[in-house]
Amino acid sequence: MKEKIDRLRKMVNVLQVVEKHPDLYFITLEGNQLVMALGYLKNTLNFKHLAFMQAVDYLEDNKFMLTYMVYNYELKANLGVNVFIDREESSMFSIHRLWEHAWQYQRELYEMFGIDFPGSPRVDEPFIMESWEEMPPMRRDFDTLAYSQKTYFPRPGRETNDPKEQMKKAKYPNYPDSPKIRRDDE
Amino acid sequence: MKEKDIKIIEKEMKLANEGLPEMERDLFADDRPSRIEPLNKYLEQFLNWARARSLWILAYGTGCGAIELRPLMTARFDAFRYGIAGRPTPRQANVFIIGGYASLKTIKRIVRSYEQMQGPKYVIALGSCTINGGMYYDSYNTINRIDYYIPVDIYVTGCMPRPESLIAGFNGLKKKIQAGQCDGMNKYADNFDWYKANQKQIIKDWNMPDYNW
Amino acid sequence: MDIFIKIIYAAISILVATLYGLILIGIVHKIYARVHRRIGPPVWQPILDIIQTHGRKVATSHGIMFFLGPVFRMAGGMGTYLFMPVIFGSVVFSNYSMAGDLLLVMYFIFFGQLGMALGAGEGGHPYSPLGIARGLSQMSTFELPFSLAVISIAIQYQTLNITTIVAAQQGGMLNWTLFTNPLAVIAAMISLLGMNMHSPFSLVLAPQEIPIGPPIEMNGSFLGILQTNRALFASAKLVLFMNLFFGGATNLPIMMLKTFSIYMFSVFIGAAFPRFRPEQSFRFFLRIPTLIGILSVIVIAYL
Repeated sequence: MKEKIDRLRKMVNVLQVVEKHPDLYFITLEGNQLVMALGYLKNTLNFKHLAFMQAVDYLEDNKFMLTYMVYNYELKANLGVNVFIDREESSMFSIHRLWEHAWQYQRELYEMFGIDFPGSPRVDEPFIMESWEEMPPMRRDFDTLAYSQKTYFPRPGRETNDPKEQMKKAKYPNYPDSPKIRRDDE
Repeated sequence: MKEKDIKIIEKEMKLANEGLPEMERDLFADDRPSRIEPLNKYLEQFLNWARARSLWILAYGTGCGAIELRPLMTARFDAFRYGIAGRPTPRQANVFIIGGYASLKTIKRIVRSYEQMQGPKYVIALGSCTINGGMYYDSYNTINRIDYYIPVDIYVTGCMPRPESLIAGFNGLKKKIQAGQCDGMNKYADNFDWYKANQKQIIKDWNMPDYNW
Repeated sequence: MDIFIKIIYAAISILVATLYGLILIGIVHKIYARVHRRIGPPVWQPILDIIQTHGRKVATSHGIMFFLGPVFRMAGGMGTYLFMPVIFGSVVFSNYSMAGDLLLVMYFIFFGQLGMALGAGEGGHPYSPLGIARGLSQMSTFELPFSLAVISIAIQYQTLNITTIVAAQQGGMLNWTLFTNPLAVIAAMISLLGMNMHSPFSLVLAPQEIPIGPPIEMNGSFLGILQTNRALFASAKLVLFMNLFFGGATNLPIMMLKTFSIYMFSVFIGAAFPRFRPEQSFRFFLRIPTLIGILSVIVIAYL
């Protein structure tokens, strides 16, 4: 795995390498080198399979992180390729030429995060939310609770209880407090 | 004009079918739903007795609760012994089970299927999500109360309710039918404008007839 | 005056046959349930279903042909039933057997399905023509061995009149067609499996699992008529088979016993075997049962 990443280093600028597990690595790349790097990973380094792609909203840094998880059948190892893109003009190169099924993920990301993938087929068709008019709902500055209360007629009288406290009050009054778990960093 | 007269005129108005393209409007009906008046008292009692013993579920799983309908039919729970059977088409079914959460995309299909069922028709709302949103109460995509969009006859609480609770719900429905209290279809016909307004408030790309029989 | 009494008798006969068919379907539900180790619905469940469907409001309209579809189907069932003697020698249950013969009955078996096809096509649902195509194809294929068996017994008895055929089989079990012409009976019994549409050949009519084909748009009273017809048609087919192959019946209990046993033949096979896909069942009927039918004609004609 390390050897493959070293070979990738000769091609593109790898900003960061994180080893989560012997067969799970995450690398961070620059956005404009992503398609070249993924093509090299797929065709030369044998990461044939795109398991999924997803986005994370870093609202504080004003960035989206896209993760492309690719899999190597010979090493039986996963490699996550992260790129950070700007949150305001969120747009990324489409990779549906490398992996055909990526169009579906890109369509979902377009709908849920508003990340555009120019050239990706059917990218602006509604994926699950027909007739959606607000901002993309998975962006963290979208207040789902307020939207739900505004739109979907909440039933009054809803109570929320902590399950443990509730069970202690209702059924098991003598249940001891759980022992404090000592964490390694304390 | 009296308020009663206004109501009657509203009832007689045809539906606009504005969601459909101009050329297709003729193909769909523009009548409003009408009430079913009960027949002769004893005949109605007899029919209710038979209706309570022959419940045909619409085989349309809307959400995770639909998984509870499968064991209902197998050897362990055997709902067929109560006369509960599945039907593949809304034309023939008379019980609609809303299986849990209904998302924006599903509620459109639920409304269409419900309107296509021929009355008397009954709705069982299964799971907490149909009552107050359940664990999805703050979701952007899940409606909180199903009874704002279609009339509900009986609720089964739980997340998820087991098939036993569903059978208990069916027994409750049977008692209501036999007592002649299940008039969801008449409720829908009477408050048609209110239901339609609620439906159109969340289904913004309304591209179907206003009422499909 | 005579004709009115005849009509009353025919009405009684149809009523008895329909009720008997409904109870028979209920018993079959119960047997299937017991095979699955379930309790199963009550025996009178089909009657409750029919009352329920007739109690529904019908708000759909697809034109006059759509309304006529179930009526044609019912006419097919009644026609099948009315032109054969149910109980040999009985006045009430002899129906109009003097007026028609075996060919007319076979025509009526097909007639209902064709009328239904015309009506259901009007419904406009894409699954209806699909179901019609499957149903009619399967019907044509199982009609082939049955027709060969009928030709065989027509050669054997030198007549197409059902009453004469029944009369020829009286006087002991060994006079039944079952023993005098066994090949024809085998071919016809295999085609009965397809006619009753139980499990190996039930894909054209699986009302609870898949969109059910022709009656998909039928609701309320239409469905009620279709279900009534299914009961009447089931007993009519069984009576036809009893008359042709199992010596007919001289009183009501014997008739019920014989038709029940004939029905159980297809029910037990249905409970034990999984389904064929439509094209598999077409091929099945066109191979061995057809060969047996041809063989029975050759054997009875030249040996």
